[in-house]
Amino acid sequence: MSPGRRRLRALFVATFAVLLTLVLTSPTFADAFDDALANFFTNSYADTEVGVTALAAAGDFRAAPVLKALQDGKLAVDPSSRRVLIEDGVAWRDAASGAAMSPAPADLKRVRLNNRLRRAVDAALGALTLRAPDPARRLEAAQAVFKSRDAGALAAVDAALAQETDARVKAALADARAAILITSAEAPEAARIEAVAVLRERGDQSALALLGSLPPGTPAILQRAADSAASAIRGRLQVWEAVQNAWYGLSLGSVLLLAAIGLAITFGVMGVINMAHGEMVMLGAYTTFVVQEAIRQKAIVLSLPGTDIGVILPLPAALTLDWSLPIAVPLAFVVTGLVGILIERSVIRFLYGRPLETLLATWGISLILQQAVRTGFGPTNKEVSNPSWMSGAFEIGQLAITWNRLWILCFSLATFALLLTMLRWTRLGLEMRAVTQNRSMAAAVGIRTARIDALTFGLGSGIAGIAGVALSQIDNVSPNLGQSYIIDSFMVVVFGGVGNLWGTLVGAFTLGIANKFLEPFAGAVLGKIAILVLIILFIQRRPRGLFALKGRAVEA
Amino acid sequence: MTPRVLDPGTIAFLIILAVAAIGVPLLNLATQDSSALHVPTYLMALFGKYVCFALLALSIDLIWGFCGILSLGHGAFFALGGYAMGMYLMRQIGGRGVYGNPLLPDFMVFLNWKELPLAWWGLSSFPYAVLMVLLVPGLLALVFGWFAFRSRVTGVHFSIITQAMTFALLLAFFRNDFGFGGNNGLTDFKDILGFNVQADTTRAALFAISCVALALGYVVCRVLVSSKFGMVLIAIRDAESRARFLGYRVESYKLAVFTISACMAGVAGALYVPQVGIINPGEFSPANSIEAVIWVAVGGRGTLVGAVAGAILVNYAKTTFTSGPLAPYWLFLLGGLFVGVTLWLPRGIFGTIAHWRAFRRSRLAEADASDASASAKPLAAE
Repeated sequence: MSPGRRRLRALFVATFAVLLTLVLTSPTFADAFDDALANFFTNSYADTEVGVTALAAAGDFRAAPVLKALQDGKLAVDPSSRRVLIEDGVAWRDAASGAAMSPAPADLKRVRLNNRLRRAVDAALGALTLRAPDPARRLEAAQAVFKSRDAGALAAVDAALAQETDARVKAALADARAAILITSAEAPEAARIEAVAVLRERGDQSALALLGSLPPGTPAILQRAADSAASAIRGRLQVWEAVQNAWYGLSLGSVLLLAAIGLAITFGVMGVINMAHGEMVMLGAYTTFVVQEAIRQKAIVLSLPGTDIGVILPLPAALTLDWSLPIAVPLAFVVTGLVGILIERSVIRFLYGRPLETLLATWGISLILQQAVRTGFGPTNKEVSNPSWMSGAFEIGQLAITWNRLWILCFSLATFALLLTMLRWTRLGLEMRAVTQNRSMAAAVGIRTARIDALTFGLGSGIAGIAGVALSQIDNVSPNLGQSYIIDSFMVVVFGGVGNLWGTLVGAFTLGIANKFLEPFAGAVLGKIAILVLIILFIQRRPRGLFALKGRAVEA
Repeated sequence: MTPRVLDPGTIAFLIILAVAAIGVPLLNLATQDSSALHVPTYLMALFGKYVCFALLALSIDLIWGFCGILSLGHGAFFALGGYAMGMYLMRQIGGRGVYGNPLLPDFMVFLNWKELPLAWWGLSSFPYAVLMVLLVPGLLALVFGWFAFRSRVTGVHFSIITQAMTFALLLAFFRNDFGFGGNNGLTDFKDILGFNVQADTTRAALFAISCVALALGYVVCRVLVSSKFGMVLIAIRDAESRARFLGYRVESYKLAVFTISACMAGVAGALYVPQVGIINPGEFSPANSIEAVIWVAVGGRGTLVGAVAGAILVNYAKTTFTSGPLAPYWLFLLGGLFVGVTLWLPRGIFGTIAHWRAFRRSRLAEADASDASASAKPLAAE
């Protein structure tokens, strides 16, 4: 340990000892508070300053209002009753007991302030927040000091650092201290070099900015330390940036996968161009809205529109919004699956083998569904809230991960795995594959192909509905929701290779990650355009996508 | 044997078009406002818009009806032609803009640009603008089609990537820094060739020119589909691989017709812009392109006249619906039209009529033939 550091530590120990004795020797905090207040009666700036400092050190919950009142010029003393009073509108309150004084004492003297004192009050208030009972407020205060780098707050930060127990707040306080030390020319060199190490540990953009903005006249050794720390941080930030892009890409990829996976069934497996696929996603999102609305009202209201006829089914009070998604997922699957089967039976089955006509008819269906939802629910965005287990975020290093994105990633992979399992291991899956591979042969061995067609289309639509539940958590739920996904979904399926679910998975994540890595260079919109152009070029090279089905089929 | 270019239907259509091209402007300019025969200017502009849409529909019918290429991005060619004309009109404003800058259009002054972007070069000249109207959509179609057809992207895949193309252009044109007015597009036009675009006479002339363009487009299409070239197109539509095996260069035929069609769409867009007074990126939206396809489907693909009639019919219905109390239900009707036409009227109106007439003719011919053979050899007819 260098002599400088030892001296510094000795200084800290001394300061803490003084503070501790101040606190410990007084029988209670209240007495320390009263003692501090006593300093206000002498009407001298010096004594008032002692009082202010003592108030900050007392750590009493009543101290903050007193200091605030002093700052605003609303503090007065009543020498006759030896009471300190706070002006509260028209009335006066006793600072110690909080009791209102009416009528106000006659010979009140306001406590005067000068500039030096004002600074002391500001610092004391800051110090008090640094030791507020609520850790979140302490953290906020520490971060504020980090930003302001106010040298006057150093003592308060040191004092708070000694008492702090919360690890996060402690780290923030250490950062704040380092920020003050590194930019103050008066601080001892050793302390400043130590501060460089702390900032290097912090390793984010603001630390980098601090290291790059050392005041002129900085000793060469410190400058060198700061430069090496800055380059280390820069290197680390680059890695984190790449990690962050990858995460955003995965997140976007999971959204694309969810949106496209249903299409991979209807388009990829059945060869039906379902332009109403986006509207299935939209219906799923609206199902979530309806479920949440029912939970909010604690009842399911079924009524004939425009009449008073209807039933109200009460829901148990224990059913909170946290349950809305587990309920909405199967419900959305059923609702959109049934709509899908209806569409298949009423329109699409007449159009097999005429893909271009299917495209137009399903586009028409999408317009009808959009308008139906607009008529039923109104054209505005509907509010769908995040359940508590999906809101908030956590941090890994420099990377902030929101819970909803993480859940959606897991959810999309789970859906994918479930679908794959279903196609591989269940009877329905077997029959679906049989019908896709050889329709007439499948019919010959007794599979009811028409029924399988309807069920397959229903499955694809149902999965789109599930996707809608997830997307309602991150996107606006409006009648236009589906429109924004349809082109992307087609791109994913076409890119990945029609008729191959694995292709869809790879396609979704490739496009998601590529998009996010292009964004920093090209901007969000240009990045998207670039991706579209790349896909268009890619399809020219491999018209059947990444994972083309191999076969001898040649179309007419 | 190839069919005649000027069959009775074509002649009738051209006569109707000529009557409209002369009649509507005449009824607008030569009659009093109070007269029962008067065609108000707004109505003439509306008809002009329909005529431009009809030309767009014609261009789609040429590739879809005769070559089986369903483009869901033809709105992009239409809009590009429109932008070329819009840029010319912007340059004609000159110093009369809000900011009074003689060189830069208002939005560039607003964005604090100092000089004209390269893409705007030369567009103050009308002949150059006309060249661009044809060249830009044509070139895009040529490049895009060359890539697509060469690697045999067909059918639905082609439809989807054309949709992606127009979507990419939509995103690009929405950007301010792309240099085409961002999401406001180009508007506030003053003159075209020195005539005030708002004046009745100019609008009448624009209407007549649109009709002439439609007639020309129609004749071009008729000539194309009546020639040997057209026969090959139909062969490609009906059996692409077989046409290829017979030795035809399918890609070249497709590319040629796709490019011609894109140029036609560009012309339609260029005539559309001065009549509606604005062009914005919304024209690139994939929904517009796919709506244009349904005009053709309603009228009857592969009939040409049907495409024109379908465009006018659907757009007239749209205007009537969206301006009345039934406005919220227009999308139901449009959606129903998509479903209904594909399910019950796959040939479209004119296609069904033509099919029905051909069916009757063949029945008559059959009857004649059997009559003739019956009288000659009574026993062999059994």
